Amino acid sequence: MSDSDAPKHLDRTIPESLSSLYQELILDHYRRPRNKGKLENATESVTMNNPLCGDVIELQLHVTGDRIDEARFEGRGCSISQAAASMMTKALVGRSRDEALELAHRFTRLMHGEKALARDPELGDLRALAGVAKFPVRIKCALLGFNCLEEILERGGSGSGKGGGSGRAEAAGGGGSKSGGPQAGGEPSGGA
Amino acid sequence: MATKVASNRAPLDVGRIREDFPILHQRVHGRPLVYLDSAASSQKPERVIEAVARYYRHDHANVHRGVHALSVRATDAYEEARTTVASHIGAASPSEIVFVRGTTEAINLVAAAWGPLSVEKDEEILLTKMEHHSNLVPWQLLAERTGARLRFADVTPGGELDMEDLERLLGPRTRLVAVTHVSNTLGVVNPVQRIARLAHEAGALCLVDGAQAAPHMALDMGELGCDFYAFSGHKMCGPTGIGVLWAHGEILAEMPPYQGGGEMISSVTLDGSSWAEVPQKFEAGTPNIAGAVGLGEAIRYLDDIGLERIHVHEADLTAYAIERLEAIEGLRLFGPRTGRTGVLSFEYGEIHAHDLATILDHRGIAIRAGHHCNQPLMDHLGVAATARASLYLYNTREEIDALIDGLALAAEMFGGPSAAPRA
Repeated sequence: MSDSDAPKHLDRTIPESLSSLYQELILDHYRRPRNKGKLENATESVTMNNPLCGDVIELQLHVTGDRIDEARFEGRGCSISQAAASMMTKALVGRSRDEALELAHRFTRLMHGEKALARDPELGDLRALAGVAKFPVRIKCALLGFNCLEEILERGGSGSGKGGGSGRAEAAGGGGSKSGGPQAGGEPSGGA
Repeated sequence: MATKVASNRAPLDVGRIREDFPILHQRVHGRPLVYLDSAASSQKPERVIEAVARYYRHDHANVHRGVHALSVRATDAYEEARTTVASHIGAASPSEIVFVRGTTEAINLVAAAWGPLSVEKDEEILLTKMEHHSNLVPWQLLAERTGARLRFADVTPGGELDMEDLERLLGPRTRLVAVTHVSNTLGVVNPVQRIARLAHEAGALCLVDGAQAAPHMALDMGELGCDFYAFSGHKMCGPTGIGVLWAHGEILAEMPPYQGGGEMISSVTLDGSSWAEVPQKFEAGTPNIAGAVGLGEAIRYLDDIGLERIHVHEADLTAYAIERLEAIEGLRLFGPRTGRTGVLSFEYGEIHAHDLATILDHRGIAIRAGHHCNQPLMDHLGVAATARASLYLYNTREEIDALIDGLALAAEMFGGPSAAPRA
């Protein structure tokens, strides 16, 4: 990114540490999310939120047999949570349940600092999120979509049926609702 | 160190004030720290840090029980802090000051000790839609236990308390009106004196959450006219883990204990116990002695500077910040433009508050992002999270400028404030 045309009095240098987090590919997925919107014929879906920051992801899958043939998401939140969900849906299509779970595990390991995975072709666009590992408070943002995926896969069990009917799982920390009444679940006291 | 000037009306010398705060003189991500998160917790002047260290170096022992010299000194230091708090807020007596961990514990104490005996099934506790979770959840717990009902006075579109709605909801069933003095999200200052009077006219008591007020304004409990007032030390230059519940002497005398243990008893047998006098009745166990000592010093520090001068400085800085923030296209600032403190919550186009906070952090600027323990208000405003910059006596115009520049950088990185994402 160039700052050559910025006014002289304003220092618009983007620190290296910041540009490693906000890769252009991440901002691109955030601005133009892939697979966003309702999946009409979803066989499974789950909504999870991050009670601390209000990020919400609803992941919807269409699974035929053992194969994920469509994945879409809805939600709102920061660029990291939304871009990660977008990248994830792109990577899921065509995978079996076990392969999808393996993808979730690899991405989780990448977030926990396993640097070699930043070149893992299996992770595709998700590799652009490698920089998040250096931002501990943002890791949970990147993992929110995969938490939904794991919830679906672990609930459904491999190969067996549809969890779609039960719809929304309890989100971690209590409260999967987007705009419900007062909620205190998982709230640290006195933070504000 | 801080200048001691009796009733000085000269403008605050912020450069000099900043010298008092060692933590401010550091670089974060290679840039000078710009600390704009004092509503979450303020920084501490050297005097307070030193008072706590000096207490531990020279005077520490347990309070109220030893006959030896150190215990006497520790007790004196602890009780002197209580006296300092009492005279700072215009309490009738130091015995009206109960030391607690913070605002949250103060309100929980009232809900747990006063609540069950005072609020029955189908009676009402009147709150507002702008309460911090700490002045909401304790009442929800009480309501669950007793069958009492919670009512909520509305917030106007301009971000002020809807007083007409509050008066409408106040009735013969109301036992308590619990309201924040200053909103931690909107910055608005509520007319608590008037609210306390209305509550009393309806036969109810009034509790005020002063967490965001005590650091910024002179308080006089006699003038305010409420029955309970709660605040935290760490937001007003004091240590964490110490706070104050003030209540009228008669009310405290009638209230049963909050927790049982040492320190709070008069005599104990295996069959039962009798309680110590107030305020010890509410201070079971060894208290946060060093915290109280630090809070006492923080109050002396603020009083030496003068809360009125601090207020003038903050009001000037807040007006400047509002002017600069409002000039940014796509930025939505919450709360009223006047009658407020320097708590500035905003939304910037489609850039999420967490992204703003991360980008600003890399410019050395500390702000808060999230729902600020204020989820019902966030729902009311129709936002999931806001960014919040909050000001205190040590902040400068240059720091506001740094914030504005940081926001410009964020917009550039995200391709303009309104650049996607599309739902």
